[in-house]
Amino acid sequence: MVRSCIYTLMFVLIMSTTAYGWQWHGFIEGRSGVRFQNDDSGANQRKAILNELRGQVDLSHSSDWAEWRLRTDFVADEGAGEHNLDLERGHGVIDLREANLVFFPHDSVDVKLGRQILTWGTGDLLFINDMFPKDWQSFFIGRDEEYLKAPSDAVLISFFPQWLNVDLVYIPKFNSDRYISGERVSYWNPMLNRHAGRNDPLKVEERSSWFDDDEVSLRLYRDVDGYELALYAYDGFWKNPVGYHPAQAQQTFPRLRVFGSSIRGDLLSGLFNVEAGYYDSASDRSGDDPLVPNSEYRLLVGYEQELARNFSAAVQYYLEYMDDYSAYRQTLPIGSVEKDRARHVVTLRLTKQALSQNLQLSLFGYWSPSDRDGYLRPTIKYKASDALSLYLGANVFVGEENYTFFGQFEDNSNLYLGLRYSF
Amino acid sequence: MRTLLTTIMLCLFVLGSSNVFAQQLSADEIIERANQAAYYAGADGQANVKMTITAKDGITRVREFALLRLNEANGDQKFYTYFKAPADVYKMAYLVWKNLADNDDRWLWLPALNLKKRIAPGDKRTSFVGSDFVYEDVSGRSPKEDRHRLIERTDDYYVIENEPVDPSSVEFSRYTVQIDATTFLPMLAQYYDRSGQLYRKVEALEVVDVQGYPTVTVAQASDLVSGSVTRNEFSQVRYDLGLKAKIFTERFLRRPPREVTR
Repeated sequence: MVRSCIYTLMFVLIMSTTAYGWQWHGFIEGRSGVRFQNDDSGANQRKAILNELRGQVDLSHSSDWAEWRLRTDFVADEGAGEHNLDLERGHGVIDLREANLVFFPHDSVDVKLGRQILTWGTGDLLFINDMFPKDWQSFFIGRDEEYLKAPSDAVLISFFPQWLNVDLVYIPKFNSDRYISGERVSYWNPMLNRHAGRNDPLKVEERSSWFDDDEVSLRLYRDVDGYELALYAYDGFWKNPVGYHPAQAQQTFPRLRVFGSSIRGDLLSGLFNVEAGYYDSASDRSGDDPLVPNSEYRLLVGYEQELARNFSAAVQYYLEYMDDYSAYRQTLPIGSVEKDRARHVVTLRLTKQALSQNLQLSLFGYWSPSDRDGYLRPTIKYKASDALSLYLGANVFVGEENYTFFGQFEDNSNLYLGLRYSF
Repeated sequence: MRTLLTTIMLCLFVLGSSNVFAQQLSADEIIERANQAAYYAGADGQANVKMTITAKDGITRVREFALLRLNEANGDQKFYTYFKAPADVYKMAYLVWKNLADNDDRWLWLPALNLKKRIAPGDKRTSFVGSDFVYEDVSGRSPKEDRHRLIERTDDYYVIENEPVDPSSVEFSRYTVQIDATTFLPMLAQYYDRSGQLYRKVEALEVVDVQGYPTVTVAQASDLVSGSVTRNEFSQVRYDLGLKAKIFTERFLRRPPREVTR
């Protein structure tokens, strides 16, 4: 019923409008990636981590009253572990990126309805207040950086009164991250006390009840003298299955609320940003439930500057600081690895453009002094012509321990090559 | 009183339009007028641009974009650039708030991520989208950054020589600009490197009157060292559309205004 109403509304809006027309574009891309080494972590992964042919069709129509857009990928991925179509996890031959309608019910209100990519916050490949789904698997195996953002099935209502901008996002059914499940990328599984891979299916209690397992995100923002200020709030769930239900032996998505703020603007001859947030782990407010993560403070400080013509550098410092740490330590099951109270991460991005900006060399690195692990993402992109781009890159994980955030992925380090034809 | 006012206004009118008086203009005044004519025509403006970059070996790359500009009261400006081609940058948008007294504020809209990405202040002598034009050619170079000297004056044009106040901030040692004496549009700029060699030129190849504003409709930048040439063709140029400042905000990055999508 709801669905047919939506289709009728879309049809009426499309047919009743003065067209400025249809637009269609897309690309065809081939990408292959292999592990540097055999995965000997016990997870029994294949050496080929990515082997896909991807075609994207981007169809849109705009008029005075509305715009709609359909952007979808057709994927043949030999490296995939799952082939059944699952639009939420991004499995199978179709990865539906966007299918939405934007309309303008009032001079100061825009509404975007349907599948869409949502992003906000000030971090560079670090997120505090952006609680929209991420696709970590795509990110780690060498797909284009844009695939880090997974789509949301949402209603975005934006209000633009004179003195403030308001974005309100309602997601009626929880959209989790496309988290690491062992399908391609092996990870440390504390329950198994070893690395888990494609033969170790993760048992997850899905949150799939419409309007019960819903999410709300809010952002209030405005510019003051060139400084961008924002306040954020989120009510939903941890985006990865970080909780555990012992009776059912299932991972769970515990409740989560986030409150935060950010500022971004010029500083000296560069650009700075500061973002902070409080992760209120609503199912474990006192911090004494060892099966649900504690609440956390998160902080991000960044600075970016052009060092020379066509060469820029950016650094970030990021902190996760656990609340109720003593309660966490007291209730931690015997034999578990104790987490530090604080996790520190620094990042560096170097970007160099050459050959009339047709060649882009980039290095992004994460390093955590507290976990003593890191992740390097060197990439080369060459635009051979207006239509044809070549990609070469690597994902390199290093770490002293096999259970830290980046260190657990060490045997997934990979090298990839891609070719994209855009039309 | 009324007579006095009329007289003053008449004088101003004459001053503003006559070549006889204009010939008495100083180099600074000519440059200021040229800056106004080239970058500030009307209260706002719109154009579609087809940019063709031809490398020495004959390989061409084409960028197509729509451009909106809004003048603000204090000489600051806002620019909205909406890319239509090539396909990999389709629907990307580039927003600039040009601040005369400070660094420009710049943002890039990445449609695939639905992300407004702020760009750190950059060297304005950097190539604009990989072409032979630099950012300053597109949004204007502040007259205060150079010392100006009138080196030639004919009935048709002036030639001004410009030396940078801060030579370390630019790649040229000096440049000359030939400015049309009637329209005040810069018609030919020639850039010399530190050894005095001409290495770059920017030309206006075609000028058309649009709503009373002389407008460059074909411009060309040549890199004489690499042999690369970029030609810009402007179409659907319009002025005084009554563009609102709110168009130059995140809201209209997310849903580009019809002025650029048409």
